Amino acid sequence: MGLHKTEFKGLMGWIDARMPTLMSEYKKHLSEYYAPKNFNVWYVFGGLAITALVLQILTGIFLTMNYKPDAAHAFASVEYIMREVPGGWFIRYMHSTGASFFFIVVYLHMFRALLYGSYRKPRELVWIFGCLIFLCLMGEAFFGYLLPWGQMSYWGAQVIVNLFGAIPLIGPDLSVFIRGDYVIGDATLNRFFAFHVIAIPLVLLGLVVAHILALHDVGSNNPDGIEIKDTLDPKTGRPLDGIPFHPYYTVHDIYWLSLFLIAFFAVLFLAPEMGGYFLEWNNFIPADPFQGPPHIAPVWYFTPFYSILRATTEYFMWFLAAGTIAYALLVYFSLKNTLARLAALAIALVLVVFMVVPVLKLDPKFWGVVLMGISVLIFFGLPWLDQSPVKSIRYRPGWHFWLLVAFVVVFVVLGYFGTQPPEDTRNLISQVFTLLYLAFFLLMPWWSRMGEFKPVPARVSFAAH
Amino acid sequence: MSTVDPNDAVDESRRSALILTSLAGGAGAVALAVPFMASLTPSERAKAAGAPVTADLSQLAPGERMTVEWRGKPVWIVRRTPEMLESLKKTEGEVADPQSTRTAFPTPPYAKNEYRSIKPEYFIAIGICSHLGCNPLGPLAAGTAAPLGNAPGFLCPCHGSTFDLAGRVFKNKPAPDNLEVPPHKYLSDTVVLIGDDSKA
Repeated sequence: MGLHKTEFKGLMGWIDARMPTLMSEYKKHLSEYYAPKNFNVWYVFGGLAITALVLQILTGIFLTMNYKPDAAHAFASVEYIMREVPGGWFIRYMHSTGASFFFIVVYLHMFRALLYGSYRKPRELVWIFGCLIFLCLMGEAFFGYLLPWGQMSYWGAQVIVNLFGAIPLIGPDLSVFIRGDYVIGDATLNRFFAFHVIAIPLVLLGLVVAHILALHDVGSNNPDGIEIKDTLDPKTGRPLDGIPFHPYYTVHDIYWLSLFLIAFFAVLFLAPEMGGYFLEWNNFIPADPFQGPPHIAPVWYFTPFYSILRATTEYFMWFLAAGTIAYALLVYFSLKNTLARLAALAIALVLVVFMVVPVLKLDPKFWGVVLMGISVLIFFGLPWLDQSPVKSIRYRPGWHFWLLVAFVVVFVVLGYFGTQPPEDTRNLISQVFTLLYLAFFLLMPWWSRMGEFKPVPARVSFAAH
Repeated sequence: MSTVDPNDAVDESRRSALILTSLAGGAGAVALAVPFMASLTPSERAKAAGAPVTADLSQLAPGERMTVEWRGKPVWIVRRTPEMLESLKKTEGEVADPQSTRTAFPTPPYAKNEYRSIKPEYFIAIGICSHLGCNPLGPLAAGTAAPLGNAPGFLCPCHGSTFDLAGRVFKNKPAPDNLEVPPHKYLSDTVVLIGDDSKA
């Protein structure tokens, strides 16, 4: 009694009778998970991100076997791994190159969502879990970068921890609390190690599971932005436009995975530092708390946000204040509800007071941190900012696509400038692009409704091949 | 007349005990967080590492800078030439806080002057940018770094903040404050104690 009635024989039947979860989950998530049959190459990056995560965990475990989280020994232990541990250089370069590839894959995965409206109803939770994963990845990358205890590790951490010092009132105490000392030191290195190797990875894995479970509950979006569950086979009750994830998409993903690995290992063997973009030259010099490197820049995946931080200066505050008022007026005239209208104006007024009014105004440094935070967190809002009547870019007005291209250009240029030393012309362009970056998102509720939308077909567009 | 099966009924008499024990348990969980959070604050050893240090200025040539360590931070001592001191008059109008009135990094009263030092010749400051904690470069001569324009001074390479030779930040730069002047006092003509400015 109590045994599950099983369709399997032998060992499989014995297990299935006692733990039916195993096969039912296999069916639910792989062999009987019906994914739209019109996936294109944009749909391989989720699987590639999981591969990248597995590689990071695997190489990370082996690195901890020789790494010493101690300010006196950390740098030397990394060089020991690189020069004396057999295969150590390979594992270390897999980990450092893997970090950059992880971000490449995740940025493309997020861009796919922008292209096809993958974050739209009913996939808001999938998107939110995804954004939380992105935040965790940023944390992993930041904490991990301190561990080699090179010049860029030390000074990069110094800059980022001091960001928290810009928060009014609690800032200075908060940055001491984060460091565990008055300067970046051994205490900081030890706790960053703890966060990097156990605390954040645990959260990250939980979020990845939540991301996939939430996705499999609502089903995958596709390049046409059509719900395949709306057209079911009357006999089987399965989506007519769906095919089982396994074997169809597992094979598809493995094909692209092999191409990904060719690119990955080409970089690993031929240019592991990637011209200073994946591993900065200055990080091959031990940390020196008394002489920072002449030019401090984060690794490329943080630089768009870093440019936004840097763009916020005293004069820029006036443009920011003007933008805030203009935006409040736009909200005011777009809303019907009097209370909501007045609330928008009141919030804008308070913000402007703290931006530019003498005595009351907060430092541009603080606002730089705020803008940088907003530029990351605003991704969470996409499901509600995007008010387009159709999901996929295929059926949206042509200029929506070009607007998306313009956003990518802004993002890439900000990213490039963030790797460069500060300079007047670049700073000015960064300031303009910071406003464009924010406008792309904040004006989305208006522009995403505008233009002529094409009719969306009932079934996905697919040519057998 | 229907009667409630005693097995299905909610036992209200247990409700208060449930709430009270939950509250007590919750309070215990909060109290448990205290030692964990406390372990993240600076240790006793880190707190004790802040003893004052002395610096001997006798070997410092005019126009040069020396660096000493105090509380893990670089403290600069710059011996300013008369021309360097002259440049401070020109930069007076171009800096954001010429009188050092801001209080984020309070300037000690004995350094609240145009030179931001006890002796005009020796400028003593912590070599950490008030923006995000990078190491500024300098002293740089006039015209050697584009962001500084025609003034001599210090340049923070991270975010382009510039300071004049009294560590006063120029206007419209990311850094909000002048370079911090640590508490210090002269023990003799050429020996300075950094980290302690108490009289007697």
